[in-house]
Amino acid sequence: MAVTEERLFGKAIKRREDPRFITGRGQYVDDVKLPGMTYAAFVRSPHAHARIKKVDAAAARKVAGVLAVYAGEDVQVGGLPCGWMLPGIKVPARPALAQGKVRYVGEPVAIVIGETPFAAKDGAEAVRVQYEALPGVADGKKAHAPGAPQLFDEIPKNQCFYWTIGDKASTDAAFASAATVVTQPLVNQRLIPNAIEPRACVASYAPGTGDLTLWVTSQNPHVHRLLMAAFVLAIPETKMRVISPDVGGGFGSKIFVYNEEVVVSWASRTLGRPVKWTAERRESFLNDAHGRDHVTEAAMAFDREGKITGLRVKTHANLGAYLSTFAPLIPSYLYGPLLSGVYKIPAIFCEVWGMLTNTAPVDAYRGAGRPEATYLLERTMDRAARQLRLDPVELRRRNFIPPFTDGTPYQTPVAFAYDSGDYAPALRRALELAGYEQARRDQAAARAKGRYIGIGVSTYIEACGPAPSAVAGSLGAGAGLWESGQVRVHPAGSVTVYTGSHSHGQGHETTFAQVVADQLGIPMEQVEVVHGDTAQIPFGMGTYGSRSACVGGSALVKCLDKIKEKGRKIAAHLLEAGEQDLDFKDGAWSVKGSPDRKKAWGEVALMAYLAHNIPQGMEPGLEATSFYDPVNFTFPFGAHVAVVEVDAETGAVKLVKYTAVDDVGRVINPMIVDGMVHGGIAQGVGQALWEHGVYGDDGQLLSATMMDYAMPKADGLPSYTTDRTVTPSPINPLGVKGAGETGTIASTPAVANAVIDALAPFGVTHLDLPLTPQKIWKAVAAAKR
Amino acid sequence: MKLPVKMTINGQTHSHEVEPRLLLVHYIREVIGLTGTHVGCDTSQCGACTILLDGQAVKACTLFAVQADGARIMTIEGLAKNGELHPIQMGFWEKHGLQCGFCTPGMIMAAYQLLERYPKPSEEQIRHQLEGNLCRCTGYHNIVKAIQWAADNMPAKR
Ligand code: FES
Ligand code: FES
Repeated sequence: MAVTEERLFGKAIKRREDPRFITGRGQYVDDVKLPGMTYAAFVRSPHAHARIKKVDAAAARKVAGVLAVYAGEDVQVGGLPCGWMLPGIKVPARPALAQGKVRYVGEPVAIVIGETPFAAKDGAEAVRVQYEALPGVADGKKAHAPGAPQLFDEIPKNQCFYWTIGDKASTDAAFASAATVVTQPLVNQRLIPNAIEPRACVASYAPGTGDLTLWVTSQNPHVHRLLMAAFVLAIPETKMRVISPDVGGGFGSKIFVYNEEVVVSWASRTLGRPVKWTAERRESFLNDAHGRDHVTEAAMAFDREGKITGLRVKTHANLGAYLSTFAPLIPSYLYGPLLSGVYKIPAIFCEVWGMLTNTAPVDAYRGAGRPEATYLLERTMDRAARQLRLDPVELRRRNFIPPFTDGTPYQTPVAFAYDSGDYAPALRRALELAGYEQARRDQAAARAKGRYIGIGVSTYIEACGPAPSAVAGSLGAGAGLWESGQVRVHPAGSVTVYTGSHSHGQGHETTFAQVVADQLGIPMEQVEVVHGDTAQIPFGMGTYGSRSACVGGSALVKCLDKIKEKGRKIAAHLLEAGEQDLDFKDGAWSVKGSPDRKKAWGEVALMAYLAHNIPQGMEPGLEATSFYDPVNFTFPFGAHVAVVEVDAETGAVKLVKYTAVDDVGRVINPMIVDGMVHGGIAQGVGQALWEHGVYGDDGQLLSATMMDYAMPKADGLPSYTTDRTVTPSPINPLGVKGAGETGTIASTPAVANAVIDALAPFGVTHLDLPLTPQKIWKAVAAAKR
Repeated sequence: MKLPVKMTINGQTHSHEVEPRLLLVHYIREVIGLTGTHVGCDTSQCGACTILLDGQAVKACTLFAVQADGARIMTIEGLAKNGELHPIQMGFWEKHGLQCGFCTPGMIMAAYQLLERYPKPSEEQIRHQLEGNLCRCTGYHNIVKAIQWAADNMPAKR
């Protein structure tokens, strides 16, 4: 392990980014104001599916302050690219503004640019679009049925891809000889990300130089620049700078390249003026990439001892009307390979149909594929426990993969080789903290009095920091999955760190500084972390898939290795000692055995730049760049326990207690990791109990405002009990795993299982999410009849 | 048509002619240039725009600027005095009550009134009072802790 001395690693250090946020001095995209700035408003489709007969902008152009109106083919740019290919995939063309047809409600049809936001909005209202409405289909499974409306002539049956993983023959054999088969149909409902900061962009084209600067709410500014410059705008990357300043949460939804920033960039270039667009929340609902939306048939085969012998999965994944940037990846490689979970499952076969429908595009949303797999497994395990008359905890224990922590990976039948894992201790600890035995006794006592308490357990695995690049490439990735880092030492010894990772709440300015300051033995105040600007930072991949610490952090460690190596050479030269005779400690190199003969970090840094006395042939300066490509994913895991009480009269659910024990490897800053776990839990509970992106059969989004889409609120949630086990990842120098998505992955099934457990006396074996009072009341009422 | 408005924001008096349809939050952000007050929704749900208007926590997206004519307003930028953070701000920093920071100004302003109403609030009171402020990052756990910290560290009222 490359970690030298840890003064800061592992400490709950207060965040350095906070002072600007708590005083209202954050700089988000909507805060950018440029001289001569104009404002954009979009005209969007009110139809789920329609032919565009005519766009009449005459009246709009006459509105005071309107500068321009563009529709469809006016915008001379390439279509929005899809960044992940699967075998046999059919990729529909996705123009920046709809051409010929609209295929979902909210699809951008025209843009209006005005001198003021009001002028743009007035203009947008004055644009008259004539549509010929067509029948549409919103449901992924219905879209597959014979006679379903077709979105694209060239994509029969709306089937974008068919993808499988695992082995059909061995899985069939497992089912043929099973002692028990448990079947579980389930819907993983559509979710709408709703970062509290709406998406926004400001594009500024400088006619004199031809340089385009784009401020955009992006989790990965370089990916934005690459895709936009190379595929959409057809300009050299040198002519485009993407800045993603403070960003108010992403949860996946800010990974992708969207219509709006493309059209706004083109408009700025065309008009020669800066153009700003900020989404209204309704636009976020309609056009931010949604998450989940699977309809699945799962079946699990068991032997006489209650051991799993096979798993069969058939999923219709709703991709929306077009392929968002990484859409095909989510229900394939981020889903199927997770289906072994923490269990030893000898045979798995999974089939996925990627379906196009008249709905907003679906892509990665916190967890992305992994929550879908985990929910499926954990719900099925609970159902199996009930069918096998076993305690759900006992069933899980029987099926855990035995511990493997010595660096030998565990190979699943669905491609993944897990890096390290020891699943029983996390479950044991979670049960202990949750008071499981007592809770079961309380539950029995309460039931006798007509009160319905439920206890739900979920044990999960996650895969973070997708890697390595060569494997990803062979599986269809249009991008590498490494990360860049650059460490620049200044002459007086302070250090600027440039990372390709992007923080939109994760606190990298603190955690990365902890890592760097530790490794160099200097105070954190001497370290500055820069992210989110393609003009300053080497090409990087950004933040998604809980990759920043394990991939981005490791890239920095690689830089520091190079810096320390050069520093050692300079120190040895100055001390007239052999390199191998030096110790590096507390920010100084000293001669082994004579600690007084030493050169401090600052002296060495200065000499690197003075270059008056450095080893012959050595280049002056002290900085390093690294591109770190991990050899594997990291695989965090854990166990969560939820306790709920259901009011059988009203169907209302109260989440009484929530316990999370996660293993995310070594932890740089426990305060920050706990915070991410808390937030993840709330989001997962949201899916279990409240959140649902509902499309009517006609393709209208019925939950298109925060009045209709139930977001988790403070008064619906308890405080959480969190703890950790620590199994360092052997694959990266920091021993870290991902921590950003574990909460979301584990909490949905834990809460769902708890509610279904509470309803056991009514004979309820499953309800689809979200578990609203209405659904529960109906189920209870049906049981009473 | 434009109408005159005059109000005091963080101790400074401002007067402008504005369109009647201009929302107070946009007046504060765009006209005055105080961008700490955020906009997170269009249906008065999220609370990112919360400010104090004549001492009351209100959602600045729910009022027109002209409705605030003559009002005394405090935004997040006005909370720290002479470079000294207010205990609520310190609480959010101490207890990691923020991640992306976007909901934070509104949360802090809502907490300001909360603590006036309930100087020693229970967890339940805090959660109930924050019902109009959404946070997608923190799961609220540390926001509750931050406000409890502030309550414990509030200087005694003179
Ligand atoms: S912006 Fe005012 S409540 Fe959301
Ligand atoms: S800190 Fe991001 S929304 Fe609250």
